Amino acid sequence: MTAREPSPQRAARASVVRNALGVGVAVGAYGFAFGAASVAAGLSVLQSCLLSLFAFTGGTQFAVVSVVASGGTLAAALGSGLLLASRNTLYAMRLAPLLRVRGVRRLVAALGTIDESTAMAVTQRDPALARVAFWWTFAGVFTFWNLSTLLGAAGASAFGDPSRYGLDAVIPAAFLALLASRLRDGRLERRVALAGAAIAAVLVPFTPPGVPVLAATAAVLLATTMRVPR
Amino acid sequence: MNLWTLVLTTIAGCYLLKLAGYLVPARVLDHPGVRRVVELVPVALLAALVVVEGIANGRHYDVNGPRLAGFAVGAFAVWRRAPFLAVVVSAALVAALLRQV
Repeated sequence: MTAREPSPQRAARASVVRNALGVGVAVGAYGFAFGAASVAAGLSVLQSCLLSLFAFTGGTQFAVVSVVASGGTLAAALGSGLLLASRNTLYAMRLAPLLRVRGVRRLVAALGTIDESTAMAVTQRDPALARVAFWWTFAGVFTFWNLSTLLGAAGASAFGDPSRYGLDAVIPAAFLALLASRLRDGRLERRVALAGAAIAAVLVPFTPPGVPVLAATAAVLLATTMRVPR
Repeated sequence: MNLWTLVLTTIAGCYLLKLAGYLVPARVLDHPGVRRVVELVPVALLAALVVVEGIANGRHYDVNGPRLAGFAVGAFAVWRRAPFLAVVVSAALVAALLRQV
């Protein structure tokens, strides 16, 4: 910003920017997997890239192409995708008073409201640093996520059958990686995960593809109405 | 299914869900109960996706050795808090190598 800033402030800012870009690079690896999975599911390279550019929320994108790949309906794919995306609404509500954005900046900030940018912003002590963290994490993740989606999608469409390269093992491992930090949050989370997994596993032969995943959300109702202690 | 319809509605839905958080007054959705459900739904969905991607193919169970071995190695990497790149590469490598033998 300005030369008059005290140097501890500048150091804190530089460290936030470095961390933000590091998060971006790490997420990039995930973009390759998404691009490849998306093309393997039958989406075009263009469709895969548009999802990464404008839906810009990894778990949802993965879920949507996963349901497409299994032969599920449009409603099932959209349903599980948007349910996963609904947490971004909560993130936006937490970010709104921190970012205090209006007009076009608010429209852009909305696009960048994802797990990583929210986590980086809300953990800063100082609101100015929170804004730096949000915008730099958004920029870093957006850049690498979209580049790697393009490379993964174009690569998959060039090299053919992705299961030869073990992509079918990568996809469940990728979902597990997304889930892992939540499993470490507490017992309630682990119960919900186990119940959700069990519901989905049991329903596979009885329901159309995509429905087992949607139905797994019933695990949340079970777990929260039973008031399990954390 | 029309993939363009799916892509465009996913984009519109995801963006509007994000934007909604900036537009609605915080108190509208900010009940502890609502918050808890919204935070837990992804846990259930992701766990279900792990299972479905691991052992299902459409409406059939599909237990595939190389895939499960690759997944197991990837899961071990997740458990050891390995970076995401290591998770992806180890899972892919194990599944691909086992298919060669």
